[in-house]
Amino acid sequence: MTRAVSLYELAHARSGDKGNRLNIAVICREPRFFEPLRERLTEDFVAGVFRDRKPSAVKRYELPKLHAFNFVLDDVLDGGVNGSLGLDGHGKTLSFLLLSAEIEMPEGLLAPADEASPERMSGGSR
Amino acid sequence: MVAQQVWIGAAAGFAGDRPDSSGPLIEALARHDGPRFLIFETLAERTLALAQLDRLADPARGEVPSLKRLLWPALAPCAAAGIKIIGNFGGANPFGAAAKIKAWAAELGCAGLKIAVVAGDDLRGTFTAADFARLETDGTLLSREPEIISANAYLGADAIAEALDQGADIVVTGRVADPALVLGPLKHSFGWADDDWDRLAAGILAGHLLECGSQVTGGYFADPGVKDVPGMDVLGYPIAEVDPDGTFTITKPAGTGGLVDRRTVTEQILYEIHDPAAYLTPDAILDLTQVELTETGPDRIRVTGARGWPRPETLKATVCFDGGLLAEAEISYAGPNAKSRAALAIETVVKRLAHLHPSLQVRADLIGVVSVFGDTAGARLNATIPNFADGDLRVRFAAETADRAAAECLLDEVEALYCAGPAGGGGVRKRLTPRLRSASCLIDRKRVTPQISLLEMA
Repeated sequence: MTRAVSLYELAHARSGDKGNRLNIAVICREPRFFEPLRERLTEDFVAGVFRDRKPSAVKRYELPKLHAFNFVLDDVLDGGVNGSLGLDGHGKTLSFLLLSAEIEMPEGLLAPADEASPERMSGGSR
Repeated sequence: MVAQQVWIGAAAGFAGDRPDSSGPLIEALARHDGPRFLIFETLAERTLALAQLDRLADPARGEVPSLKRLLWPALAPCAAAGIKIIGNFGGANPFGAAAKIKAWAAELGCAGLKIAVVAGDDLRGTFTAADFARLETDGTLLSREPEIISANAYLGADAIAEALDQGADIVVTGRVADPALVLGPLKHSFGWADDDWDRLAAGILAGHLLECGSQVTGGYFADPGVKDVPGMDVLGYPIAEVDPDGTFTITKPAGTGGLVDRRTVTEQILYEIHDPAAYLTPDAILDLTQVELTETGPDRIRVTGARGWPRPETLKATVCFDGGLLAEAEISYAGPNAKSRAALAIETVVKRLAHLHPSLQVRADLIGVVSVFGDTAGARLNATIPNFADGDLRVRFAAETADRAAAECLLDEVEALYCAGPAGGGGVRKRLTPRLRSASCLIDRKRVTPQISLLEMA
């Protein structure tokens, strides 16, 4: 059994830019999400999320010790902060575009539906 | 004498950062003995080119424009506590900045401070436009050999370390690799060798985590209900406590807002990183794939496992040139059928410009519906337009051109929607902004010679 959930419920993310290249660090809220996301959150999946921006390349780097992935997307910033016609030439908001993607996850890995609210997933240490 | 531990605080992560961040950092650093440093990172890619334009207008200017706002509150307390200051706030005119700092220090009654200037990053005398065109990476923006406004190499930590070795209390630089602001004082304090790659890499990682200021202490992080951050209005900026072997703890001053935990540090470790096994800097190549984070107390994360590889033979340089004009104009529609009126406004302006300036590419955004997530070609907006709900909508148009008449035409056409557009269009704002474009080059490091000059105070 699988269930579609938004990546937002499984991970947090931060985007950064250099020129026309965007990177998005995706960090699992729980270490147990790392393996299933490694199978599902592929370069092709991320390229699909950003298809409107026509990335010329999408590369994924895995960081198992940090339960994280780093995605590097080429040529998706409309020329970058000094050339873009968009409001957010840095692409700072785009981590949340990726987090809003829906992903099929095994039911058993997810918390019961009534506990799956983001509040329960904060993964905080404090 | 080799230091036992070094404390480094980061008071600014960009030129527009908060000027009151340094107060709590200085208080916290002042409680320790031994080497303590306060760094200011203020040079984004474009900041230096803007500073160069300032300098062309007035030879005394060209420093980072927020220099006084950021540095003034820190100067006297740092001098009193023996905390040394390092910043790339020299921008396009490190000597001019140093002269200003010297005058302010005198005004504040800080006697005997030694100010060092690190220069040599400016490449315009060494390379021609044709050279830069040949050396460009990741693009061909320079192939037409535009008139170059600024061209600066990212210098490494050596010159900063040497300036501190010579007794500098304040080190003013232009373009340096951001982590070098931290690695420089660490090399100075611990005497790390030039080929001690793992330690250098650890220092680079500490610098990478500090260089964006509060981005490691809860800034650019808060997501209410999911990733809560206390005290965003009084965020504490970061401190690294570094041991001689390069392991370090990231923390923040007691009593400040923000937080330091695994999540804030992990997000910042990967910020603006491409290959995590090979982060290229002038001083070493950092491999952070084996980095581990340990929570050792409230707001304390110990960072271990950085590995280093020999430094590259090339240095990165950023080259800035004229980028024409950015024209932006906005108008609002709200209430019943607002979405159709907004869509008609877009259609109208795009049709008008297709007649008047056929070569001008016009971007349209619908703020609140599709804007920052959208693409300039409009694929996402066009797919969304039939389906979104009415509301309080703001239409934005943008174009870039070297042709001022075409840029002004777009602004005029949006304003004309007041009368000749759909019903109920209001709140037009329009703006023309000169642009600077930037490109990256890789240059032979042997062609770059950092220079250190010491200004003695009376």
